[in-house]
Amino acid sequence: MAAGSVLESMNSAAAAQIAADEFTRVVAQHRPQIFRFLLASTRDVDLAETLTQECFLKAHRNWSGFRGDSSAMTWLMRIAINLQKDHWRNRRMRFWRTTRTNSVDLDEASEWLPSGESSAEQQLLAKEQVRHVWKAVEGLSERQRSVFLLRYIEERELSEIAQMTGLSEGTVKAHLSRAVGRVRGELGRGK
Amino acid sequence: MSLWEKWKESPDESDARTHSEAPGAISDLNLDEALRNFKLSVAAWSEAEYTTRRVVELAPRRNWRPVAAWALGCALVASSISGVVYQRHEQQVQAKQAAARLAAQQKQAADQAAVDEEQLLASVDSDVSRQVPSAMEPLAQMAEDDSK
Repeated sequence: MAAGSVLESMNSAAAAQIAADEFTRVVAQHRPQIFRFLLASTRDVDLAETLTQECFLKAHRNWSGFRGDSSAMTWLMRIAINLQKDHWRNRRMRFWRTTRTNSVDLDEASEWLPSGESSAEQQLLAKEQVRHVWKAVEGLSERQRSVFLLRYIEERELSEIAQMTGLSEGTVKAHLSRAVGRVRGELGRGK
Repeated sequence: MSLWEKWKESPDESDARTHSEAPGAISDLNLDEALRNFKLSVAAWSEAEYTTRRVVELAPRRNWRPVAAWALGCALVASSISGVVYQRHEQQVQAKQAAARLAAQQKQAADQAAVDEEQLLASVDSDVSRQVPSAMEPLAQMAEDDSK
């Protein structure tokens, strides 16, 4: 009887250790992606970092409840989207129609380009394109923005986006279509 | 094949086509290029910020731990030394105060003894001065009788 309880406690300790290792691996694997999505959504580095930390804190608390019905990335992204939604909702309630004080402006955000072998003219053109896309993204609704970023930054399939956002695939397509339409329109105006 | 092209080939592409056929609309090629540049830009920005933050996050842990340990050790040693010094100083002050109290008590006792002695002498004198006339009274009587 006593030997059995010792064995059980050893098994549970081993299981807890395995779960902790697994979670550490998940954090290392997905943290940059979650941060990237939140940075693109908010254009605020500090806020993106804070929300990323909150996301993994929440994930850690609920890790035992994660059954693996969806991938860990889908689950984490869903938490991140909900946190972001809560953040904006709280912020709207606190500061009605205030500007995003810590957000990087469009020009600054458009400055980031990988240093390739393209010419200065091409770089300038690329920056201009990026600025127009940022401008279009800024004008999107929260859902449209999330769907657009998940598709074109994170390169997720429509079914995955549907799982992450809790929307149907049809709704995801509709949001994506409107978002792309806006981007196209903004790029057309910039021509 | 790009994401945009893949998505365009999906059955529900009517909206996208409508936009591409609108007057003054940009070509799919341009849209594709803009979306690709946008993705690369966000990825570059995110990677730069993420890497910087990780370095900043890790650096203090590596550098400040021994410094913090040293500072804590020094603070402990300093506080224990100052504690001992303070205790000794307190003992000296208390000893001085006790000596002063004792001296004051002794002085008070000596003063009191002197006062008591003076009072005793005074009372003896007064007693003697009162008793002497009555004690000498028979002699005085005899002297009076002789003179008669």
